[in-house]
Amino acid sequence: MTEAGYNFAYLDEATKRMIRRAILKAVAIPGHQIPFGAREMPLPYGWGTGGIQVTASILGPQDVLKVIDQGADDTTNAVSIRRFFTRVAGIATTDATGEASIIQTRHRIPEKPLTENQILVYQVPQPEPLFKLEPHRAETRRIHALADYGLMHVRLYEDIARLGHIAKAYDYPVMVNERYLMSPSPIPAFDNPKMHQMAALQLFGAGREKRIYAVPPYTPVRSLDFEDHPFRPIRAPHACAICGSRTSYLDELITNDAGGRAFICSDTDYCQERQEAPKAAAE
Amino acid sequence: MNLLLEARGLHLKFGAIAALDDVAIDVSAGEVVAIVGESGSGKTTLLRVLAGQMAPDSGTVRYLGGDVLGMTEAERRRLMRTDWGFVHQNPRDGLRMGVSAGGNVGERLMALGARHYGNIRDEAKAWLQRVEIDAARIDDLPRHFSGGMQQRLQIARTLVTRPKLVFMDEPTGGLDVSVQARLLDLIRALVHELGLSVLIVTHDIAAARLLADRILVMRRGQVVEQGLTDRVLDDPQHPYTQLLVSSVLAA
Repeated sequence: MTEAGYNFAYLDEATKRMIRRAILKAVAIPGHQIPFGAREMPLPYGWGTGGIQVTASILGPQDVLKVIDQGADDTTNAVSIRRFFTRVAGIATTDATGEASIIQTRHRIPEKPLTENQILVYQVPQPEPLFKLEPHRAETRRIHALADYGLMHVRLYEDIARLGHIAKAYDYPVMVNERYLMSPSPIPAFDNPKMHQMAALQLFGAGREKRIYAVPPYTPVRSLDFEDHPFRPIRAPHACAICGSRTSYLDELITNDAGGRAFICSDTDYCQERQEAPKAAAE
Repeated sequence: MNLLLEARGLHLKFGAIAALDDVAIDVSAGEVVAIVGESGSGKTTLLRVLAGQMAPDSGTVRYLGGDVLGMTEAERRRLMRTDWGFVHQNPRDGLRMGVSAGGNVGERLMALGARHYGNIRDEAKAWLQRVEIDAARIDDLPRHFSGGMQQRLQIARTLVTRPKLVFMDEPTGGLDVSVQARLLDLIRALVHELGLSVLIVTHDIAAARLLADRILVMRRGQVVEQGLTDRVLDDPQHPYTQLLVSSVLAA
């Protein structure tokens, strides 16, 4: 049911080749931002134009695609991107983390550990971790080239001095392969440890900022911290109202106008799987 | 005396104007050297060339025997964070105005790999007290500090990693006289306490007399006279130095 008049996966072959070259460079230098000629895509900036171009370039006819938005498979962004690739590439899609070969994600890493046969594609709004700290891009590039990252620690110091703890709860800066400071995209800090030595290839695409970067499989990824203020993955101290998980990342929902609230798993597929296996849910 | 910094035959032209015309200078360990002269005489240019921030047309600069001008950017930055310090005339150029006083002092420590928050903070507090800033203001932003305090904060931020050689570009410029006096007093005390070598650029003869062991007088890019501070200021040989010394207002 592929739409007529489009090349496989929407982008023309020359563009895909250009993006693949950028991806290869990115994999060769883990955490380093590679510029690429981002194309206009049929969705607005901020909706995943970078991720969708990376996915389009690595997609093959045999691939099974899963798209998540804040952990959920059934939100507008996820549904639209999945339908887009069904139409322009005719590939199979899935909600199950274990069945997908490519997972495009906005702001979450699935709870279920990924394997060597999978690729995780992140949508990145702002690839530069030093954005807001150093206004000049020429200078941030120099900082990366010289690995002169004292500035990022100054930011963390300021957080502790003012608030008593490091206040970054998402987009928490990481050091990749002990060389490049990298923005993990706005995933919760809770997900940062999953990036460390992950079996799957991780690709990051920023469409508006025209940058691609990557973390190859089994690469050390360390969240920055202080010895006496160690990094801690933050999670709401509740159990999922549906599946009862005490280990997954939770979303807070407002259930009525009287201040009622509930916490449920942000990863809908993980939650679903646990509901179908009630024994596991009992803990 | 072991030689820290050694420059020979420095030439630099801005168009037709010779900013540096065959300048040579030595700085030994523990020595305070002042470069005096009127505006446009090439003082600040010399300082920037010596600190490796600007390339001369010809000449050599050596630090502990190593070639400063041939260093890579990475090596120069490393030196700037460890062995060297630079105090700017305007504290806004040397401080991060949006970062608290403690963060400003701690930045050099963190850039060198300090990763213990408590230690960094204790060190920052100790340094604030050393430069006579109330330790309770550690979390205040420099923009809420007075000009004199900002300058003292800049000095604390520079000296926290105990550099060997500090470049100072008119550190007392733009401050009123009583604040200047306190700042000079503070710099003098710290220099002796830490055994720093300092290369200070100033047009203030009184500041030079107070701080410096040795003086170089510059005019139109040339060093016209140099020697021990008291010798140069009490018995100036060159007509220009005589003019400079005689034009100091007696209080």
